[in-house]
Amino acid sequence: MSGVLLAASIDETINDGFERVSTFVQDIIFYSVPIAGFPFPLVVGWLAFAAVFFTVYFRAINVRGFTHAIALVKGDYTGPDEVGEVSHFQALATAVSGTVGLGNIAGVAVAITVGGPGATFWMIIAGLLSMSTKFTECTLGVKYRRENADGSVSGGPMYYLSRGLAEQGKVRLGKFLAVAFAIFCIFGSLGGGNAFQSNQAFSQLRSVTGGDDGFLGGGSAGVVFGIVMALCVGVVIIGGIKRIAKVTDKLVPFMAVFYVTSCFIVLGGNLGEIPGAFRLIFDGAFSPEGITGGVVGVLITGFQRAAFSNEAGLGSAPIAHSAVQTNRPVTEGYVSLLEPFIDTVVVCTMTALTIVITGAYTQVGTEGVQLTSDAFATVLPWFPNVLAVAVVLFAFSTMLAWSYYGAKATAYLFNESKTADLVYKGIFLTFVVIGAASSLDVIIGFSDAMIFAMSIPNLIGVYLLVRVVKRELTEYESGLRSGEIAKIKTTAS
Amino acid sequence: MEVAVVGVDGSEAGSRAAEFAARHVRDASAQLVVVFVVPWSPYSVQTPEENERRRITKKQEVSTAWEDVVQPLLDRLQAEGTVAEGVVKHGHPAEVLCDIARERGASHLVVGRRGQSRVRALLFGSTPVNLIQMSDVPVTVVP
Repeated sequence: MSGVLLAASIDETINDGFERVSTFVQDIIFYSVPIAGFPFPLVVGWLAFAAVFFTVYFRAINVRGFTHAIALVKGDYTGPDEVGEVSHFQALATAVSGTVGLGNIAGVAVAITVGGPGATFWMIIAGLLSMSTKFTECTLGVKYRRENADGSVSGGPMYYLSRGLAEQGKVRLGKFLAVAFAIFCIFGSLGGGNAFQSNQAFSQLRSVTGGDDGFLGGGSAGVVFGIVMALCVGVVIIGGIKRIAKVTDKLVPFMAVFYVTSCFIVLGGNLGEIPGAFRLIFDGAFSPEGITGGVVGVLITGFQRAAFSNEAGLGSAPIAHSAVQTNRPVTEGYVSLLEPFIDTVVVCTMTALTIVITGAYTQVGTEGVQLTSDAFATVLPWFPNVLAVAVVLFAFSTMLAWSYYGAKATAYLFNESKTADLVYKGIFLTFVVIGAASSLDVIIGFSDAMIFAMSIPNLIGVYLLVRVVKRELTEYESGLRSGEIAKIKTTAS
Repeated sequence: MEVAVVGVDGSEAGSRAAEFAARHVRDASAQLVVVFVVPWSPYSVQTPEENERRRITKKQEVSTAWEDVVQPLLDRLQAEGTVAEGVVKHGHPAEVLCDIARERGASHLVVGRRGQSRVRALLFGSTPVNLIQMSDVPVTVVP
């Protein structure tokens, strides 16, 4: 009995201590000014402004570049020498399996709980605009990646901030921004990329096994689940058992397709209500009722969740995209703009429609992934079990992706030190456990704060380097027009 | 000069195929192209670590194929008086073999058969079966 009490109090101690740190960090990052009586976090405006700016600056590249992006992913422009190297498809798939995850399932539910159905509309708008941000940062990621002595490549904001700005004579500023980014990236990887994931995975597992009365209902279950999850992650990232990572990475695209298909089934079961759902979303977007802050409140909620889900402007994606084989960096920029489209415009919208159409969001007291799960259960009663498996897998793959981002940031800060790498990974695993043991509010607040902080040094650098991207794009587009860059004809007739 | 293409993969069946093809080529005083295809799909899903090291991995795959399989085989065949050259490429084995046969104007394609189980062949396909479907020239499968 005392063992149970002790374990329960461990859960609570972790919760209390974490809450204090979390509140402190959030107060700084989410410094808000009141607009129409609604607190407007400046950092959300920062990301939204960037998305609009890059869309205008690159003359709607998010729309213009869409079909070309698909042609690149299909390999239409892949030369024979490039076969066997990292393809555009592979770079995109790796980046997408890092982004498609709980943000799409739990994050959407959070958005609709806070902002009502109208938040969906603003999420989609934010998703479409942020395609331009992704385009810009991923082009830079490839342009300034570092080819290491052994032939491997390292890329991401750490490199374009330091190397790119050094080209403009801003050596110290570049170095400072790169270091700041790396530090935020490490903390972000511990929060949203990790603790939030294990938190939601545990929450869904507990719910399908009987909630508080089930075998995961006890006070110490969170810690136990966290330890098991941490062991699995540890085996891959420290033990180097790649096989597990490979299996998950192969399952994730399958789960994503399965998830979207399930959304279609739920929508199919409520066909008659689809127009009504769209009306709810549009009305909610422009004249919400009962939402704090009115339109501004809904808009901010939508933009915030979209950013958390598709990560545009945060600088995480350029790390994953930079390994691609191409001698024209802008090609990967094109490809990367598909990422927010898949993540936010397709997957998040499907989740949102499912939640809105089933009316699940009107229930009081359910939040996060639970809400999405309830929405599915109205049409597919067995779905919460499958969702639990999907959530655990998504959580696992997102953790692996973010542990990679964090490890790259650590490697940059500590000159590729093996010790630093191990220490970072040890801390990362601890956060898997902390995440499973804490409650959702504390976790979401902390993870949001750290992940959004990454956007500050990243976007400052991207603005300063935006002319480089413009030059690359202009050259590339004239190459396309002149026919110098053309589709590669395969010898197969 | 007439050209034949043989696909090898380091297996027993592959070297049997190469020897069969070499006999055929010598009799017809033709030329043999020994092809090693490293199976590779641009649509496979990779971990970020694999992506980061892909260039190194590719180099290693190519040099292993040359050193362990293609070069020793060429040495042996040339010593026996066969006119032979080697190619190592990444891609879908059957597609690459067909492409090379087309590029070289080959009149004949030869491959070995691994004798994998039906389930395996059903799940992963088999190069001889794919070749028969795709090839423009006669295909010989050496058991």
